[in-house]
Amino acid sequence: MIHDAKMMADIAANSSKAPALLDNVSRRATLGGLGALVLALSLRDARADEGQTKEQKEKKYGADGMPHGWQDDPKIFVAIAADGTVTVTNHRSEMGTGVRTSIAFTVADELEADWSKVKVIQAWGDESRFGNQDTDGSRSLRHFFQHFRHAGAAARLMLIQAAAKKWGVPEGEVTAENHVLSHAKSGKKAGYGEFAAAAAELPVPARESVKLKDPKAFRYIGKGKIGLIDNHDITTGNAIYGLDTKLDGMLYAVVARPAVYGGKVKSFDDSATLKIPGVVKTVKIEGGEIPSEFMPLGGIAVVAKNTWAAMKGREALKIVWDDGPNANYDTTAFRKELEAAARQPGKVVRNQGDVDAAMAKAKTKLQAEYFVPHLAQAPMEPPAAVARVKDGFCEAWACTQGPQAANDRLMKRLNLPDDKVKVNVTLLGGGFGRKSKPDYVVEAALCSQAVGGAPVKLTWTREDDLHHGYYHTISVERLEAGLDDKGMPVAWLHRSTAPTIGSIFAPDPKHELPFELGMGLTNLPLNLPNVRLENPEASAHVRIGWFRSVSNIPHAFAIQSFVAELAHAAGKEPLEYLLALIGPDRKIDPNTIGDVWNYGEDPARYPIDTARLKGVIQAAAKGAGWGRKLPKGRGLGVAGHYSFVTYTAVAAEVEVDDRGEVKVHAVDIAVDSGAQVNPERVRSQMEGAVVMGMGLALSSQITFKNGRAEQNNFDGYEVVRIDAAPKDLRVHLLGSGDFNGPLGGVGEPGVPPVAPAIANAVFAATGRRIRQLPIKDQLSS
Amino acid sequence: MIKLTVNGAERSFDGDPDMPLLWYLRDELGFTGVKFGCGQALCGACTIHVGGSATRACTTPISAAEGQEVLTIEGLSPDGNHPVQVAWRDLNVAQCGYCQCGQIMQAASLLKDTPKPTDADIDEAMSGNICRCGTYPRIRAAIHQAAGQSASTNEGGKL
Repeated sequence: MIHDAKMMADIAANSSKAPALLDNVSRRATLGGLGALVLALSLRDARADEGQTKEQKEKKYGADGMPHGWQDDPKIFVAIAADGTVTVTNHRSEMGTGVRTSIAFTVADELEADWSKVKVIQAWGDESRFGNQDTDGSRSLRHFFQHFRHAGAAARLMLIQAAAKKWGVPEGEVTAENHVLSHAKSGKKAGYGEFAAAAAELPVPARESVKLKDPKAFRYIGKGKIGLIDNHDITTGNAIYGLDTKLDGMLYAVVARPAVYGGKVKSFDDSATLKIPGVVKTVKIEGGEIPSEFMPLGGIAVVAKNTWAAMKGREALKIVWDDGPNANYDTTAFRKELEAAARQPGKVVRNQGDVDAAMAKAKTKLQAEYFVPHLAQAPMEPPAAVARVKDGFCEAWACTQGPQAANDRLMKRLNLPDDKVKVNVTLLGGGFGRKSKPDYVVEAALCSQAVGGAPVKLTWTREDDLHHGYYHTISVERLEAGLDDKGMPVAWLHRSTAPTIGSIFAPDPKHELPFELGMGLTNLPLNLPNVRLENPEASAHVRIGWFRSVSNIPHAFAIQSFVAELAHAAGKEPLEYLLALIGPDRKIDPNTIGDVWNYGEDPARYPIDTARLKGVIQAAAKGAGWGRKLPKGRGLGVAGHYSFVTYTAVAAEVEVDDRGEVKVHAVDIAVDSGAQVNPERVRSQMEGAVVMGMGLALSSQITFKNGRAEQNNFDGYEVVRIDAAPKDLRVHLLGSGDFNGPLGGVGEPGVPPVAPAIANAVFAATGRRIRQLPIKDQLSS
Repeated sequence: MIKLTVNGAERSFDGDPDMPLLWYLRDELGFTGVKFGCGQALCGACTIHVGGSATRACTTPISAAEGQEVLTIEGLSPDGNHPVQVAWRDLNVAQCGYCQCGQIMQAASLLKDTPKPTDADIDEAMSGNICRCGTYPRIRAAIHQAAGQSASTNEGGKL
């Protein structure tokens, strides 16, 4: 789930560059509904990254390298009311990581605020004000933790300064502790609310003058003791997601979209639709372009007085479609194409030593091809948005991972300036990458515009979600290795063949982009003398998009399976073999092994640390009781992976029964993401990643025939249910504990090692090697 | 005219009798705690109680609720402190939270019928409720806790 800045710039060069962002003071300066807050909100100039050359921009790392960078102004993020209530503005989308809670308590901790007096509100889409808002790439805390610490600490200093001024005492003698300002010598004390107004009048202190807390003094950060800030709303049905916004006079819409990517409406007859009680209007939505970018696919919308009438109206539409160039897309045939491509040399993306010479001399040679199908993110809340386009102003309420992206697409499609578009962000009922693409927000706005400005709630059904998605790619990974007489690989050739996400931005790119290759392919941290990595050509025939952990899924599945295959061929114990292949402790500059991307992070701060990789593998294996004797039909498998500058490993215990069904009894997952701001949520993210990883390992896939997705709903698209969830799921948290050091991602890295660990466990249990996902009924014969 | 009771209040509806309760409750009455996930009774996000039994609102036409008492999560407890809700918060079950309304309604129904469920009882009763975030281990633990049984031995989210 990456909006890589460079990639976006490169591939969008001739398509969808957003107009320069304008800043409208009248709109931006006021937070709706916060009139009572007295810490006045001020504007700060957008970060001055204009006027730099492309090369200069490319050298930026972390949040600096993201569109609109970061922001740490306390006047943007912190408001304190006269009664002492602290309101933290969170600009990252909440889709289940707990970011609203973690960001709020990070600010509260540095502010020395009493958590019971802290509230959180959600920022609208405005990166020039809040900094980057693309909630993807596992980087909310990685990029913004230190900045939110700073915002909280700066607000604390301003309160101290205000109190010191009023009390006529030196600033250094005033302390702020748990919502109370004190001056020990005079015995003066005051609550935060008392000085909120005065503090708001002060200039924001120079960044260097703001002192962050010693992490030893943290109250909330790193403790894992804070429950979810939205817990009560979630458990009582009061939490508002994208589907839940309700406005006066609101209408409801669904859209009939082309079943094939690139298809268009040739003609349509809506006479039966318009006879259905409750149906208000049909709206033709233009679309069907390839690449679709983040824009609607086109089709016919039905707007009605309730969702049910809209759905019935859609059923009654008679549409003649032109299916367009992808009408023959067939994933069974396409897999063969990918396999053929993977058997021929492709574009070399890393070349070290002389693979051909080493392969020729190798004692043993192995080769294997691994297949991973398309997947759908299928968040429980399908894409949905409410929009109102009235009097030249478009306001939307959407479950979006990218509110600025939505804002920009609305501007473009409606031809409105930035100050006439506002995207409010609701809670997201899951995202997993799907909701980074705001096509559904644009659809809602087009419907509202077409009905004269009434707000319209646009709902995707589950069928819509599975038929018209931005799917995980489809891939064939071919690996070849030559082993020496000790059984260790002296030559390693990997060809990764998969349509690229770049295909939604540019016409028919044939190669994966650096950020896709850098997800476990080029940055392979194994200790190998001769390595060649290639990326043969592949074209996309559906929209390809980010799916939680993205290209790490096929890369980790293939590589971690292949290592186990090599171990077996060499007659070695697989865990020891994997650790030996990672080799000695060392810190690898990813640039030196062909990865110029490194998740956008500075290779000096974020080298690939093989000791940490081995550490998580050992922790997962130890947790699983590696080496213990298992009953017949059971096996343990292990896999480790580096992704999103975090290290994860999984050890899985599976049983394969007489009918070939795989039961995952226990999973141990270990994670080293550096210091963990909210260890309780790290744990929950790992638990969830195991379940999602199990789904794609065991049962989930989207197949296409005649250009059409063959799965309609959760009957055909099988995901893990509670009866398949492991009874024992143990999370092992590792990490430096250094809250001043670099943080790793958490949302995605749990997923990649799950499938190979299960496949390796199946091999241990049965002697049968899984080379394609999902496993489904492969073991039944 | 269809008459029914929703969260204790009498209601009447003279629209399409085929309209699923889901859309009636959400669009007409504003009970958005009844979630849309699949529309085909495959995911459980819309679970409510009709006549005291867990029911998928997305495939139950409003005509089938004539004269019935319908309970949504908004009406499960006056203060949001049904033991299942309390356990859900206590163990921080939710991630995105979207499916949890349906999970909670299904779990409340389970505990009414089976006050001390085993893991197998839980799996059977809850397997129609999908959570894409994968909170199942905590759902199991929270149901046990709500039943007054010790929660999972795993290190879960207990705060």
